[in-house]
Amino acid sequence: MPEMTLIEAIRQAQDEELARDPNVFITGEDVGVRGGVFRATMGLYDKYGPNRLIDSPLAEDSIVGVGIGAALYGMRPILEIQFADFIHPALNQIISEAAKMCYRSNGEWTVPLVIRAPYGGGIGGGLYHSQSVEALFAHVPGLKVVIPSTPYDAKGLLKAAVRDPNPIIFLEPKKGYRLIKGEVPEGEYVVPIGPARISRPGRDLSLFAYGMMHHYALQAAQKLESEGIDVEVVDLRTLYPVDKETILNSVRKTSRALIVHEDNLTGGYGAEIAAIIADEAFTDLDAPVRRLAGPDVPAVPFSHPMQDWFMVNPEKIAAAARKLAQW
Amino acid sequence: MDPSPDQKLDMYRLMLLARRLDERAWVLHRQGKIAFHISGIGHEAAQVGAAFAIRRGSDWVTPYYRDLALMLALGMTPAEFLMGLMGKRDEPNSGGRQMPSHWSLRRANAVSHSAPVATQSVHAAGIGLAIKLRGDDKVVLTTIGEGSTSQGEWYEAVNWAAVHRLPVIFIVQNNQYAISVRAEKQMAVQSAADKACGLGLPGIMVDGTDVFAVHRAVKDAVDNARAGNGATVIETRMYRITPHSSDDDDRTYRSREEVEENKRRDPLLLARARLQEEGLLSESQYDEMDTQIKASIEEAVKQAEAAPYPAGEEALHPVYAEEVRHA
Repeated sequence: MPEMTLIEAIRQAQDEELARDPNVFITGEDVGVRGGVFRATMGLYDKYGPNRLIDSPLAEDSIVGVGIGAALYGMRPILEIQFADFIHPALNQIISEAAKMCYRSNGEWTVPLVIRAPYGGGIGGGLYHSQSVEALFAHVPGLKVVIPSTPYDAKGLLKAAVRDPNPIIFLEPKKGYRLIKGEVPEGEYVVPIGPARISRPGRDLSLFAYGMMHHYALQAAQKLESEGIDVEVVDLRTLYPVDKETILNSVRKTSRALIVHEDNLTGGYGAEIAAIIADEAFTDLDAPVRRLAGPDVPAVPFSHPMQDWFMVNPEKIAAAARKLAQW
Repeated sequence: MDPSPDQKLDMYRLMLLARRLDERAWVLHRQGKIAFHISGIGHEAAQVGAAFAIRRGSDWVTPYYRDLALMLALGMTPAEFLMGLMGKRDEPNSGGRQMPSHWSLRRANAVSHSAPVATQSVHAAGIGLAIKLRGDDKVVLTTIGEGSTSQGEWYEAVNWAAVHRLPVIFIVQNNQYAISVRAEKQMAVQSAADKACGLGLPGIMVDGTDVFAVHRAVKDAVDNARAGNGATVIETRMYRITPHSSDDDDRTYRSREEVEENKRRDPLLLARARLQEEGLLSESQYDEMDTQIKASIEEAVKQAEAAPYPAGEEALHPVYAEEVRHA
């Protein structure tokens, strides 16, 4: 099986979906001849031409709104928001329009589209090239929120997202674009949207994470193994709708839960997982549910010492897990 | 080509139907039978003139909340409109989910819209893009009030259509008020049509009280769009004869004298005088038409009142496309 990077898997998924379905097209800033600032569409303009790879005007709300219009007409747009930090002008179209179209028209209109956005910090991007925006969208019925953490899942989930009849927010951990490598089989496969994945079985503690933090969680689990702590790591993959069953089964087995994300703590996605566990697995717990998250400051600062202080990393995860295992 | 005598009579009949239905809605509101009505009185010529310039049922429309006459011209029945006013289960816009006059009529390619203004303009650009990508012989007509052209989304939509030469007709119904705020506090230009020149496409201003003038102007723009020459902005100017909605009191911001003065430019009076001049509609023919319309509305009111409400738990669906029963 060939090994490839996360970004290469994403590029390949888009390539295959463009080839499979003539209704698929891609629009966004610099997605055409430049192949995207992260090269997620590299080579696709030459292969599919200007009617399939459309450089949009520099206005994110219109990228999503135009995508909605095209989807209403029967197209299957993939919309690239260059950085998740720039998605906020598009919230009107995402929250008021895409998420509500099916419901408000009593099912007469649906908007199958994918909004891809690189998210997350640790890349020297400062406040506006580092944000994690998942909690905003995981609060909105009508959307599905997907975050892959491996090349295999990135390709399979993105292909599933393109074929899904609903609007999908597809957030890509950009720090992992070239850092994360993995095996990706040749040929057709999809990874279903919805199920989480136990990426490392364990007995002592459940560690829930996604995106880049899932990789750090695996590294922390490996470190703790030498200390005799057997950590189960769950890659959530789809944040909304959430896979309650996998989460609850894991906690029932380990009796301890730590949720990790780099987005800030308050009102973050971890609160939802903690609430699900408190509601439905309270009597299985041997310790309080813990969250490890970014600090409650507006966004990730640029200067390296401050960025490093902000970011969750394998050491911080290991420390939090160690403390919880000893509780 | 100018409309035939039969078409002219048909246009007038729809204008009169919209007027009588709108008046009936105000009565229903005063009777306490409906909670809310948003009126299109004064807009009938602009809407019917535009509707007759497109291929209804084949071309696409993204309307806004004042478009009762437009929706009737697209084939919405009085009973369907009235069921919408009452929040009845089988009203076609939303199955009772949306407030009245938040239109959708799938069978007429009229797309569901929301209350945040100008969101529908961007959808029209997207539909136009899809039409162009597929090479279909269709156009999109989208409507909006002059106040809503202050929104960034309107500019973004018009810009997309101009850059990509999309087959979109942007109609601005300038009724001189955005609730209480006069048009000169929305824009420093004389007409929303003037905004088009800064975006690189033609902008045309037409008397929105003259149904045949509107028809001619929109028909030219539609022909242009079909020929691949791109989009046009058309301002149709009229006066909003009623308050903004049943919750508004327009005495707080404009004089009765001003309203009475503007009623002299009532589009129905102008159209009727024209048809009389042309020998198409005598006094007795008008009386007969009006009597028939009023009787049909009373019948529709009975039908709408007898129609069932949705059950409360129907509010649970359809959030996602998979839940759509007929999909």
